[in-house]
Amino acid sequence: MSDGAAPPLVQIVDLHKRFGSLEVLKGITLDIATGEKVSIIGPSGSGKTTLLRCINWLERPSSGHILIDGQPIGERLAGGRRIEMRDRELARMRARIGMVFQRFNLFPHLTALDNVAVGPIKVLGRPAAEARREAMALLDKVGLGHKRDVYPEMLSGGQQQRIAIARALAMRPVLMLFDEATSALDPELVGEVLTVMRQLAAEGMTMIIVSHEMQFAEDVSDRTIFMDHGEIVEQGPPHTIFREPSHPRTRAFLRAVIERQVFQAASA
Amino acid sequence: MNGPWARTVAQFPYLIDTLLLGVEMTVIVTLGGFALAVILGLGGAVLRTARLALLRAAGTLYVDVFRAVPVLTQLFIIYFGLAQLGVKLAPVPAAIVGFGINGGAYLTEVFRAGIEAIHRGQNEAALAIGMTRMQSLRIIVLPQAMRVILPPLGNFGIGLLKDTSVASSVAAPELTFRAHMLVDQTYLSTQIYLMVAALYLAMSLPLAHLVRRLERRSARGRPA
Repeated sequence: MSDGAAPPLVQIVDLHKRFGSLEVLKGITLDIATGEKVSIIGPSGSGKTTLLRCINWLERPSSGHILIDGQPIGERLAGGRRIEMRDRELARMRARIGMVFQRFNLFPHLTALDNVAVGPIKVLGRPAAEARREAMALLDKVGLGHKRDVYPEMLSGGQQQRIAIARALAMRPVLMLFDEATSALDPELVGEVLTVMRQLAAEGMTMIIVSHEMQFAEDVSDRTIFMDHGEIVEQGPPHTIFREPSHPRTRAFLRAVIERQVFQAASA
Repeated sequence: MNGPWARTVAQFPYLIDTLLLGVEMTVIVTLGGFALAVILGLGGAVLRTARLALLRAAGTLYVDVFRAVPVLTQLFIIYFGLAQLGVKLAPVPAAIVGFGINGGAYLTEVFRAGIEAIHRGQNEAALAIGMTRMQSLRIIVLPQAMRVILPPLGNFGIGLLKDTSVASSVAAPELTFRAHMLVDQTYLSTQIYLMVAALYLAMSLPLAHLVRRLERRSARGRPA
């Protein structure tokens, strides 16, 4: 880089995604530095979840490309043509990108401990005893060591989501993606998940957070991106975006969110 | 003194020994056909759920063709038809191949339905921690799908055990074939077929019991 800074961990270049005739992403270009915490906000249908899912190629972009640590994910360019990456190669790249889903998606046939250990054992080929020991340490870290032998159905949503975070961390990712990680939770369970995410941020993890928790997004992130209709409308330091947004669409969105929160608080 | 029941008692050791040879062959054809059907069914289900339309079409064609033709016809084609083309299979391997291919078409749909019953998020979570599509299928999706798959798979196994009697038509010396032979020799048709029924029952009942036990075991850890 000409300015001498470290190259970005994630580079997104002119990313488009169409579902049939609907263009969900209309040319997203975005760099994310190692250690940076980026929150993405915006109305539902703005494309923020699709953008997140493109980063680990759970969704195939229609055009544009994404580089992780300088390496293109999903496909590579050979002589101007896009060639799809082999499944094994793609899997190796995904292993370094942790993802936390809105609906947790814990494996219901595995205990809490095995949910966390299965990746290191099956994907990284680590010895089972060693992987379980480390999985146990991660369960302790998210405060659920005592639930090691419990199946997901017996756990609350907040507990499931904390285990899902531990499962992602077990792969020692260089990047963590959070797709509305608290949206499916009862209000009283949101805090315990945000606490774990805050701790992770404090440890220096690179995080991309799609969230409706505005206060959390403002507190934890280095940069906030406002998306609407498949475009980045505005981005900058969180206090600027949340306190002095320059774009009318950002202002309208934030006003609607605040009104809803006030209404919810009043009716609660 | 010379009534059929007395003759049956007198010849019982010979009859039962001959029939037990048939039982052995019935078990071999059933296990072989079942194993091949499971392999082909898994392959077919992978094709039917593939991302490429061409692969999906291949899976559909396999299911449509082999499910629509009676297994007896398929056995004749494999045993007699292939022989004309110079591919000579002995009766038992021919029967195993026939039941395997025919059953594979049926199991393709059983496995596909099981795989599709599992929420998409399970596969995505598996891919997100770096599993390949095959690992996700093997480690995450299929173990959960087993709850949906096991009852029809068990039924298929028990059905196959009985259907192997059809293999007598291509001279595979299984239980029904042995029974026909004995009846031709001794004319003790009622007695021999009652013995045959008892032997099929003795094989089917433990199998049904096993399927029920497996179903109970796979009910552990239900989805949230």
